[in-house]
Amino acid sequence: MTDDIAIIGVGMHPFGRHDGLSGLEQGALAVRAALADAGLAWSQVGVAYGGSQDAGNADALANLLGLTGMPFINVANGCATGGSALASVVSALRAGAADIGLAVGFDKHPRGAFNARPADWGLEEWYGRTGLMLTTQFFALKTQRYLHEHRLSEDLLALAAERAFRNGALTPHAWRRQALSREEIAESAVVNPPLRKYMFCNPAEGGAAVLMCRAADVARFGGRPIWIKAALMRTRHHGSFEVFSPSLAPMQAASPTVTASRAAFEAAGVGPSDINVIQLQDTDSGSELIHIAENGFCEHGEQERLLRRGETEIGARLPINTDGGCLANGEPVGASGLRQVIEVCLQLRRQAGARQVPGQPRLGYTHVYGAPGVSAVTILQT
Amino acid sequence: MNNLLAPHLVALVDGAPRLMGSRCTACGERYFPACRGCTRCCSTDLAPADLGGRGSLWSWTVQGFLPKAPYDSGETASDFAPYGVGYVELSCGLKVEARLTEVEGLVIGMPMALVVVPYRKGSSGLQTYAFSPVTEGRP
Repeated sequence: MTDDIAIIGVGMHPFGRHDGLSGLEQGALAVRAALADAGLAWSQVGVAYGGSQDAGNADALANLLGLTGMPFINVANGCATGGSALASVVSALRAGAADIGLAVGFDKHPRGAFNARPADWGLEEWYGRTGLMLTTQFFALKTQRYLHEHRLSEDLLALAAERAFRNGALTPHAWRRQALSREEIAESAVVNPPLRKYMFCNPAEGGAAVLMCRAADVARFGGRPIWIKAALMRTRHHGSFEVFSPSLAPMQAASPTVTASRAAFEAAGVGPSDINVIQLQDTDSGSELIHIAENGFCEHGEQERLLRRGETEIGARLPINTDGGCLANGEPVGASGLRQVIEVCLQLRRQAGARQVPGQPRLGYTHVYGAPGVSAVTILQT
Repeated sequence: MNNLLAPHLVALVDGAPRLMGSRCTACGERYFPACRGCTRCCSTDLAPADLGGRGSLWSWTVQGFLPKAPYDSGETASDFAPYGVGYVELSCGLKVEARLTEVEGLVIGMPMALVVVPYRKGSSGLQTYAFSPVTEGRP
């Protein structure tokens, strides 16, 4: 138990669009909320890891929160920024670098799809200039191939999005709080077929912060600990089907989601059937369908049965994206993974209000995936 | 095909365009575009490789909105023409991402052939490689 790390405070600045508030300010509000949740002062935080993609350096948060001289490491791992920050804090606390650690993420993106620069990703200029370097294209191409290989119907894409917006409507801090009918989703504008407007999440704004300490210090710092049974990230292997790939190897390899998920289950000593509440990367509803299987919650192709029988709903066997996921919350890249962690903490503490999973959930699971083939997974326990 | 944005990607062999890449001399893995390191076996000994110009459609979508920069077709949101995007599986097994000449009638598994097309508006339009469905009666 001595090596175990507990989450003792969580805080968010609601996702969405907040004119007049910088991304950094939203990160600071999230940290203040986490400190209030834990009953701690900023001066007690001994180490911090954090990041944003488009809203500046996380260590500049100290300018807003207080210049205490502690080590503050900036993390820039795309969609896995939050997960990487969390895993780094766990390692730092285990190594005795500090007693209280902070993982924080925030962001504020321009409207519209991301426009990546080829050189940042080790790619040649023509790839961007000729219109091949769009994340939305990748998600559409992967979904199209997946539906074909596993004989799944396109209707599932609207079904998954419908559940996301239904759950978002139950979540006070969600951005999109209006349920949409399956027809509205299925008939919305085509973005990249088979994916349509309401099947994609939007780049957004927001902040999320998580405070942690070692098991031995939980009594000292009080609170209601949520135990981190696993927190890790993985990168891609040769042959996996990844975003920003001018070509794909003949032999397809498992995605980093699969390797991160397996490693996390092994570290936690539990299996997919033990998990009571699940947050999966849903950049689009096709990704979510794929990620249900890649994380081990069903066999490939089984999603048709799962979704049609309602087994991924809040009251069912596999409650997925109980807060509406990225579809209802938008994706401030730096904060997105920590939003999932916070949602699981709230569910495990039974503080999730109208979207609370029934009974006493014991184990929760979070998963992010992003460019250029990174995934971070956490397994949390009451 | 004398106005290719990236001339190193395509070569003419007997009058027909073919994609050019690399082959790892240690493990045989092929790459597009050409590269200096094998991500499969970590060798740095790669040789130029002719990847061919025929294949079958492995996955597809249509780009339905005008991409932001660095896309530089010269179009605006009002005159943007959606274009196809897909992965084409070549005979060597490598799947190459490409613009597709069609936005309708695309079916996974259909035979495809490499072509060179203008992607930039105007008389001095730059060209890039693309794949086109092979129709009956066409070579």
